[in-house]
Amino acid sequence: MFDMSLAGKFYTILCATLVLLLPLPGVAQQVDYSRSQITFVSRQMNVPVEAKFTRFTAQLSFDSANPQASKARIEVDLASFDIGNDEINTDIQGKDWFDTKNFPKATFVSSSVRALGDGRYEARGPLIIKGRTQEVVAPFTVKTDASGNSVFDGAFNIRRLQYNVGERMWRDTELVADEVRVRFRLHTGSKPASTK
Amino acid sequence: MTDDRRAYSAVSIGLHWTVFVLIIAAWSLGLYMADLPLSPQKLKYFSWHKWIGVTIFFLAVFRAVSRLVHPPPPLPASVPPRQRIAEGVSHALLYLLIFVVPVSGWLYSSASGVPTVYLGWVQLPDLVGKDKALAEQLKQTHILLNMVLFGIVCIHAAAALKHHFLDRDEVLARMLPFLKK
Repeated sequence: MFDMSLAGKFYTILCATLVLLLPLPGVAQQVDYSRSQITFVSRQMNVPVEAKFTRFTAQLSFDSANPQASKARIEVDLASFDIGNDEINTDIQGKDWFDTKNFPKATFVSSSVRALGDGRYEARGPLIIKGRTQEVVAPFTVKTDASGNSVFDGAFNIRRLQYNVGERMWRDTELVADEVRVRFRLHTGSKPASTK
Repeated sequence: MTDDRRAYSAVSIGLHWTVFVLIIAAWSLGLYMADLPLSPQKLKYFSWHKWIGVTIFFLAVFRAVSRLVHPPPPLPASVPPRQRIAEGVSHALLYLLIFVVPVSGWLYSSASGVPTVYLGWVQLPDLVGKDKALAEQLKQTHILLNMVLFGIVCIHAAAALKHHFLDRDEVLARMLPFLKK
């Protein structure tokens, strides 16, 4: 996306840390994790393969009347990676991929949210994976279901190598594409805010 | 009217030996790759194995059509009726399996959540969704069908060699014209 200087990186991390410490303003929305999901599609030899994270927490405070005041903080437990194959699930925890021992969580904190019109919005902010920070832009839609809960649906692309995900022999992007499509669905609801 | 064709058509011969080589390659890769630890090579072998399987499937379709257009040359009159039945059954099973084995691998791949992208270029549809239990069943099915195929290929080859070396007839020469006396 863009190359940041060390000072820039430090600044982003500092900002992210400060934002993390701030309480979320406005009305925080409870997330129903049974109806929410974070998945991604990677391509190996041009074969799209979907995987999901079964444990994450999301703190949302969305205000359609004043989108700029909205906030989101999402933490993904990377060890909950599930591609449907136990062997790969275990390997992905290792140093070459997520290195979950040293970097158990991926974190996204919105720095700005703006309306794009037609029920579409865009959240920007630093996404930290494996200790590396990149600014991401995540377009999303907001819909209200029959019982009045909000459904946030969005997707964005990241480049795995910017986060050092897939090191050494896995750096070859002919084999595993650099670009990874991340999708999220966050469904608000009355279920207790604990992860599965 | 007597059928004096003594060999298969050049197309049939070419297809037979091509499919033979591809099946040996798919078996070798399949047996070797299955228990490898996860590595870039393993992903490549899986892709190649699937590409070979898809190729065998298409060639099987082509062979079935070609067999209708160019019926195989008749067996020598010396072949007894029981062996003719055995020949019919084993060939029917071979044809069936060169269709069914690739399809079982394709379904297994789909159920594992990994679509098949032929030559890294054409993505085949997934006929079944991602389902771990189903994937395990399809894996076992794929292995079992391959064992059956292996058994019949051995019988097929043994019968061809028996015709050539014991019966000393022209059955094998129909598929290997240079053996013709």
